[in-house]
Amino acid sequence: MAIRERLSGNEAVAYAIKQINPDVMPAFPITPSTEIPQYVANYIANGEIDTEFIHVESEHSAMSATVGASAAGARAVTATSSCGMALMWEELYVAASNRLPIVLALVNRALSGPININADHSDSMGARDSGWIQIYAESNQEVYDNYIQAFPIAENKNVHLPVMVCQDGFITSHGVENIMLIEDDKVKAFVGEYEPEHYLLNADERIAVGPYAVSNYYMETKRGQREAMLNAREVILEVAEKFEKMTGRKYGFFEEYRMEDAEYAVVIIGSAAGTCKAAIEHIRSTTGKKVGLIKIRVFRPFPEEEIARALANVKAVAIMDRSEMFAGTSGPLGAEVRAAMYQAHAKAEVVNYFYGLGGRDITVSDFERVYENLEKMAETHTAIGMYDYIGLRQ
Amino acid sequence: MKNTVEIRWHGRGGQGAKTAALLLADVAFKTGKHVQGFPEYGPERMGAPITAYNRISEDEITVHSNIYEPDYVVVVDETLLDSIDVTKGLKTEGAVIVNTEHTKEEIMRHLNGYEGTVYTVDAKSISMKTLGKNYPNSPMLAATVAVSGIMGEEEFLSEMESSFQHKFAKKPEVIDGNMQALKMAFDTIKKRRGGVFLE
Repeated sequence: MAIRERLSGNEAVAYAIKQINPDVMPAFPITPSTEIPQYVANYIANGEIDTEFIHVESEHSAMSATVGASAAGARAVTATSSCGMALMWEELYVAASNRLPIVLALVNRALSGPININADHSDSMGARDSGWIQIYAESNQEVYDNYIQAFPIAENKNVHLPVMVCQDGFITSHGVENIMLIEDDKVKAFVGEYEPEHYLLNADERIAVGPYAVSNYYMETKRGQREAMLNAREVILEVAEKFEKMTGRKYGFFEEYRMEDAEYAVVIIGSAAGTCKAAIEHIRSTTGKKVGLIKIRVFRPFPEEEIARALANVKAVAIMDRSEMFAGTSGPLGAEVRAAMYQAHAKAEVVNYFYGLGGRDITVSDFERVYENLEKMAETHTAIGMYDYIGLRQ
Repeated sequence: MKNTVEIRWHGRGGQGAKTAALLLADVAFKTGKHVQGFPEYGPERMGAPITAYNRISEDEITVHSNIYEPDYVVVVDETLLDSIDVTKGLKTEGAVIVNTEHTKEEIMRHLNGYEGTVYTVDAKSISMKTLGKNYPNSPMLAATVAVSGIMGEEEFLSEMESSFQHKFAKKPEVIDGNMQALKMAFDTIKKRRGGVFLE
């Protein structure tokens, strides 16, 4: 029987770490992810797990030590947020290009400046090109489930890539919600023992990790990483299917909510998807308008063909970005979805909204206005422009 | 969202308004509800105004925004009344619960003409009598449960007793005081309602 609990998102991740009992966790505290290593340190101090916790003096060192541990053959994890991940930047690329199956719990927080501790996706979106798999969560349940699924994805021999398991800072990380936990033995069996293929502590096989690559080799390495990212698609779905068999909870590249007959769709990432769902229920029950939602779970690898198919029959789409990239067209999610739709010759009107930067709240009525705008766009065949804002003070 | 009770807590950093919201989520969870308990974070420091929220429902809760039109507002520190519009957006069929030694009439002058029900609870005096220290959390939690009717008195008290037994396993001597504080606050609300409390 699953265990009915109520936990914050940070507690949920820490609990998953306890159930998995990874070999090594180097970490450096930063709001709002600090609680994760704090709870794990408690589990270790209480003798509940035997993870080797490495106290480091910075996030640069945290990821360096995680890379080192993973290269040595250990199952290695860490956690961070915002500027903490920015300080890991160099090592993020080292982890991905050395094909190390590290799992990073990222609690999304705005990047400085101005300095801000609240949720947006500028940290992980900035790292979208680093070669990491990125999986996002709407709720505490999802971040727990995603965290457990991250290990068999990362460690699959056809993938061997690091995975970033993302959740919205404070909104889910510090919000207590109902959650269904999986029994320890089932989690352990699902994740399995980590058996590295090639690793530095293997006395029978001498290897080099992270050597210099001249121009003759570098490009093929990048092609190899792309191949692994492509392979990850199938593995992510296989792992999700196995997870559904165990828990009954269904996961894919994205969730389609009331999309079966939708004419107006929102595409969004993270906790605000739940708020959008409440708006959809309200609109459908009061007006009968056909509104729906696509919630992106996997941003890397990006499921472009599947997204385009899911949006093939809608009249208008709002793609919602919780981070800036200062492009003339859109934010990062807007760019991906628009490119996918263009390639599929989609006909829908499209607008990109920036919302929730630095923790700016987004409400059910904000989403109701988004759907009203989509209806207007579809009627007049005029978009507001390439992008607009939700909740920006004029 | 129809069956959802939404509560907003106002307090000052270090007074435990966030803890009270999490305790309420806890006790409602134990009686089978879907719950959310979450603080609104800014550059917190001791004494700065803070806000925390609860959603409590029979159904799954998906909304992840703050609460702008609460059913109930709880004010843990009455010195906030002059600087924060605590009843902003509060439903008139709802209620505000204020921790104060002043009368309801005196408090109403600071509530910007709020037309719903106003309850006052002297949580400080209850806490001093039962615990010998000023911990307004337990009384305010009980008052909130009594006013909102999220659960019945007996169910609430028995869940809280088992929570306290767990939480204070190493200092059981404070359990009785905490239970007394809850009961006194619950009784305060019952009296305000003319002795009538429907479970």
